Amino acid sequence: MREITYRQALNEALAEEIERDPNVFLMGEEVAEYNGAYKVSQGLLDRFGAERIIDTPISENGFAGLGIGAAMVGLRPVVEFMTFSFSLVAFDQIVNNAPNMLTMSGGQFNIPITFRGPNGPAHQLGATHSHATECLFANVPGLKICTPATPRDAKGLLKTAVRDNNPVLVLECELFYSHKGMVDDEGVDLLIPLGEAEIKRAGSDVTIICYAQTVPMALAAAETLAGEKINAEVLDLRSIKPLDLPAILRSVAKTHRVVIAEQDRPFCGVGAEISYRIQKEIFDELDAPIMRVAQEDVPMPYNERLEQAVLPNAEKIVAAAKKIC
Amino acid sequence: MPAPEQRDEVEMLATMLLIRRFEERASQQYQAQKIGGFCHLYIGQEAVVTGAVAATRPDDYLITAYRDHAHALARGTSADACMAELFGKATGCSRGLGGSMHYFDKANHMYGGHAIVGAHVPLAAGMAFAAKYRKEDRVTLCFFGDGAINQGGFHEALNLAGLFKLPVIFICENNFFAMGTSVKRSTSLEHIVDRAEGYDMRGEIVDGMNFREVRDKLSEIIASIRKDPHPAFVEARTYRYRGHSMSDPASYRTKEELEKYRLDDPITRLRAQLTREGKLTNEQFDKMDKRAKEEAMASVKFAEESPEPPLDELYDYTYANGVEAGVSPAKKTASGKKA
Ligand SMILES: Cc1ncc(C[n+]2csc(CCOP(=O)(O)OP(=O)(O)O)c2C)c(N)n1
Repeated sequence: MREITYRQALNEALAEEIERDPNVFLMGEEVAEYNGAYKVSQGLLDRFGAERIIDTPISENGFAGLGIGAAMVGLRPVVEFMTFSFSLVAFDQIVNNAPNMLTMSGGQFNIPITFRGPNGPAHQLGATHSHATECLFANVPGLKICTPATPRDAKGLLKTAVRDNNPVLVLECELFYSHKGMVDDEGVDLLIPLGEAEIKRAGSDVTIICYAQTVPMALAAAETLAGEKINAEVLDLRSIKPLDLPAILRSVAKTHRVVIAEQDRPFCGVGAEISYRIQKEIFDELDAPIMRVAQEDVPMPYNERLEQAVLPNAEKIVAAAKKIC
Repeated sequence: MPAPEQRDEVEMLATMLLIRRFEERASQQYQAQKIGGFCHLYIGQEAVVTGAVAATRPDDYLITAYRDHAHALARGTSADACMAELFGKATGCSRGLGGSMHYFDKANHMYGGHAIVGAHVPLAAGMAFAAKYRKEDRVTLCFFGDGAINQGGFHEALNLAGLFKLPVIFICENNFFAMGTSVKRSTSLEHIVDRAEGYDMRGEIVDGMNFREVRDKLSEIIASIRKDPHPAFVEARTYRYRGHSMSDPASYRTKEELEKYRLDDPITRLRAQLTREGKLTNEQFDKMDKRAKEEAMASVKFAEESPEPPLDELYDYTYANGVEAGVSPAKKTASGKKA
């Protein structure tokens, strides 16, 4: 193991997969000559050349569709969105073409494509640039969605996504690109299965279910709660779809209390589905109502104080946990 | 041949100076972390929007992308309201809720400030559609960058405008780069203006560093549109002196290229033209520049001293209140008053 950044972990994953399989290529805005808007693809153009690291015009709908078409005839594209807020321009391709093709063709065409890039609010980018898209895409059968929160998960999940035979969305966090963490040595073929949650902190009194940006918040909240004699378990989903329901149920059966900390909006958000599943499967294990901490249900304001009021944070998670503990 | 509705040149030069000085201050304040999010400066391109605005009436519609400070200032939004928006204050032109990329000013017919590349181009078609629908002779000015011309929405909007003969001028501010991607690397055509031909639309290239050229070409097109509505396309060749945004070192272009354009500075050029013609003295220019600097400086103070939007307004602008009275009789509580 060695310590690298989240950005570097993604970069290694891309490099390893492009190296391994000649059908894999990277396409997107500013990925090649500029080395990526957030420098995730740093050095890849030099290493693999312009045939495999490809700059596009600002045409999200076009290049997302191009990727799907290329996947229909055997390539395995990795398509970068500068942010997932811009993937909305390509919504038709991601929602209508990629996940429906296998069913519509009676099983003839699977679409092995990876869509990746930062997702979720960053800092004061305003309403158009702050979308947490996971709940939009999670509603679509045929898409898989993972949400790495650590460098190790970023590398392992992206590599798996590229090898999956379905359309997979790797929703990264812009604010994490410079975060450091321990990752297996180079040369280890690090593959983390989609649909496998991980306990990031073991506990006994309440389960905080989280993913992506809410993972560090949940860990910070758990520390605070520990000071108040509440021992929280932090369960990082890592994938939204498939959802690791067994891991969720195991944890809840142990703690009997749940706070779901999500970075999306509350209405029809990821936490809504998870709470439904928990109460349906193990209602009797619950000692308190399931709590959810999500964004406020408003377009993102630019003003910093209002933005902070909209976003989930550790204090809100602590408050939610204390209400039920 | 200045049309009767053209604005005074000296006044427009003062506007160019205000834009330049305002953005220099904004840049400083961004570095001092008084401004958050993304911030894209227009410095170098001032002749495009001021030239266009000089050719329009104040009630013509204007809409643009996220590099929008100049468009608001040119339309008459105060430097105070513009700076306060960058500071996220309640006195900002979008109440501090929009930020640099989302300036709006209804009173001055400035319809945004749009940060998804290409997404506002269909809106411009819609505004022009409404003008024609109501049989008004208003023209819609739609500004966008060279990076926007490869979005589907752009093409759909141009086709709709061509098909419905909408009174809209699509103004491509071609500064040759979309972030780090040069037009050569993004666009299958050699000349952007040729996009117009595919939609049966008049297309013109203008020197976007030359205020008078922009204004006169726009005046001519606008006169024609007011007589009989139709769309038009203008490619204004210009240059941004700064990086794409505050965080971009712009290492994809050469110093020499930048210097070449700086020598062709739009402010210097208009000043020289006016001075040569005896319409402006050096003292007058210096006074104007001083005033612009003071206004920009004062806007920082205004922004600093302005209040933040209150927390309890968080939900006030998610939905509009009330229903249209003519459609369904409104109850008193739902008649536009805040609940
Ligand atoms: C749909 C979409 N894709 C990508 C971006 C990110 N982005 C913001 S500005 C920009 C470049 C646009 O360049 P251009 O249209 O030429 O305008 P300029 O910056 O030169 O004013 C890009 C890629 C975005 N805002 N929206």
